[in-house]
Amino acid sequence: MSCWETIADYALRSVGIGERLLPRDNFTLCQQFTLIGSGLIWNVYFAVIALASGFFLATAVALGKASRIRAIRKPSEWFIFLFRGSPLFIQFFFAYFLFLSLKPVAPVFDPFTSAWAGATIVLFLNTAAYSGEIFYGALRTIPKGELEAADAYGLSGWSRFRRIVWPTMLRLAWPAYTNEAIFLFHATTLVYFSGFPAWQQRGDALYYANYFADKTFNPFVPYPILAGYFILLTLVIIALFGAINARLNRHLPQEARRGLRLRLNVIR
Amino acid sequence: MFPFCTDPDTLDTVRWFACYLTTGKHMSFYLSFGTVLLLLAITAPTALAFGFAGAAAARSRFLPLSLFGKGYIAIVRGVPDIAFFLFFVIALDQIFEWTRHQVLCPDWDQPIRQGNDFIVCQAAKLPLNTAPQWMHETYGFFLAVLTFALVFGAFAANVLFGAMRAVPRAQMETAEAYGMTRRQAFWRVLVPQMWIYAIPGLSNLWMVLIKATPLLFLLGVEDIVYWARELGSSKTPRFTDYPHGDWRMWYFLALLVFYLAFTRVSEIALERLTVRLSHGQATAQGEAQRRAGA
Repeated sequence: MSCWETIADYALRSVGIGERLLPRDNFTLCQQFTLIGSGLIWNVYFAVIALASGFFLATAVALGKASRIRAIRKPSEWFIFLFRGSPLFIQFFFAYFLFLSLKPVAPVFDPFTSAWAGATIVLFLNTAAYSGEIFYGALRTIPKGELEAADAYGLSGWSRFRRIVWPTMLRLAWPAYTNEAIFLFHATTLVYFSGFPAWQQRGDALYYANYFADKTFNPFVPYPILAGYFILLTLVIIALFGAINARLNRHLPQEARRGLRLRLNVIR
Repeated sequence: MFPFCTDPDTLDTVRWFACYLTTGKHMSFYLSFGTVLLLLAITAPTALAFGFAGAAAARSRFLPLSLFGKGYIAIVRGVPDIAFFLFFVIALDQIFEWTRHQVLCPDWDQPIRQGNDFIVCQAAKLPLNTAPQWMHETYGFFLAVLTFALVFGAFAANVLFGAMRAVPRAQMETAEAYGMTRRQAFWRVLVPQMWIYAIPGLSNLWMVLIKATPLLFLLGVEDIVYWARELGSSKTPRFTDYPHGDWRMWYFLALLVFYLAFTRVSEIALERLTVRLSHGQATAQGEAQRRAGA
C-alpha cells in the first residue's frame, strides 16, 4: 500500500471518516505519521473551543476577583483556586463520573459523557481559571496614569473599561496568556487518558502514539513523531499570538514594545 | 475491623459506613496516599539534584558539558509532558534491559528487536521472572520516580540556571577580589545566594509536581487514582459484602479535596520559607526585614 493510499484511508480516521480498522501489524512509518497527525484534529478542536470560550469567562472572573464587592470576589477566588489547585487529570475523572451519574437523571447530560462535549467543558473552565488569574494580575498592574487620564477625559463605567482598562489589561497579560495557550494545547493530550472513552478508537494524537508504542513495544518512533507535530503547532500558536501581541502594542514607541518572552509551563 | 462487622446486611447506615470504609481494600487505598507522598519525598530532592547538576553543567566553561546541560534544559520544552512520561517509562526500561543484555549475555546471536517484540535473554530481564511480586512493584515505582526526576530535573535546572545568573554580579566580583578561585566563588558565594532568586520558580515547580502525581496511574503504579476507580465502581452482592452503586464520582471528589488541601498547605509553608530565606539577602524583602529589625 502506498503512502498516498494510507493518507486517504487514515487522515480523517480520528473523526470517523475513512478506513475503520486500525492497522494491526507491519506498521509503516507513513501509517504512524498519518494516524498521529489525524489525532491532532482533536487536540486542535479542544484547544480552540476551550480558549475561544474561556477567554470571555476569564475576563469576567478576573474582574470578579478584582471586585470590591465581597459576594462577587469570593466566588471568583474560589473558582480560580478550585481549578488551579487541583490536577487537571483528577478534574477530568471527576467530571466524567459526575456526568455519568447525572445521565440517568436528565437526558440533557447525555452528550457530556463523551469527550467532545464533556472534556471541552472541563478544559473551558480550567483555562478560564488559569487565564483569569493572569488577567487579574494584569488588571492590578495597569499604570495609574492611564486610569487618571481616563477619569480626566470623563470616561466612566463601560466606556472606561472598553477603551482603557480592557486593552491595557490584554496588552500586559498577553505574553503570559500565550504561555497559557500553549500550556492548554499540551494539556489536551490528557483527555483520552482520563475517564473519557475513545469511541470506536477515535482518539487524539497521544492516543494513537500510545497505540503504536503499545503494539510495537518501541517508543522511539511514535513519541518523537508526536513531539515533532506538537513543536510545529506550538510554533503556529506563537506566530498567531505574536501577531496579536504586535497589534496590541502598536501604539507604543518601538523600543517600549515588549516581545513575547516565553516561559513554558509543565503540567496542569 | 470492628467486632460488629461480621454481618454487614443487618447494620444501620453509620455502622455500615464504619465497616465499609475500613475493609482491607480501603486500607490499601489509604496506603496509596502514602505512595504518592513517598513519590514526592523521593522525587523532589532527586529532581533538585538533577536540576543542580544540569544548571552547573550549563554554566560550565567546558563546551561539551555546557551543551549537554543546555540541551537537557531545552529538550523538555515544546512537547506535552505526559508524552515524556509515557516515553521515558518504556525507554528507560528498555535501556536498562539492553545494557544488562550486553553485559550478561555477550554470546547472544539473535537480534533484540524482532518485528514487534523486544527480546533480551532471560538473565537480563528486569526484574527477573523468578522475582517475587513486590520486586516487580518496586521496580515499577523506581522507574516512575526516575522518570519524574528526569522530567522535573530539567525544569529545576532551568530555574536554577536563571537564579545563578540573577545573583548580583558585584557579589561575584567581591569574591574574585578576595582571591577566591572560580570553584570557591561558586560554592561559597553563588550557591548560598541563589536560593532566594530560585524560590519563586521552585515553589511553582513544587505545585506542579504535586499536580503531576496522578500521572503515576498512567505509569502502571497502583496509586490513588487506580484505587479510586477500583473501589468506586459498582459492586454486586455476589462478589462483596458491601454492595453499592457507581460511587466513583465521590471517590474522585475526595481526591479533588485531598489535592486542594495539599496545595493550600504547601502555599502556606512556601510563604514561610520565602520569609526565612529573604533574611539578610540583597533583595527588597531582605532590605525590608533589615529595616524592621533595626
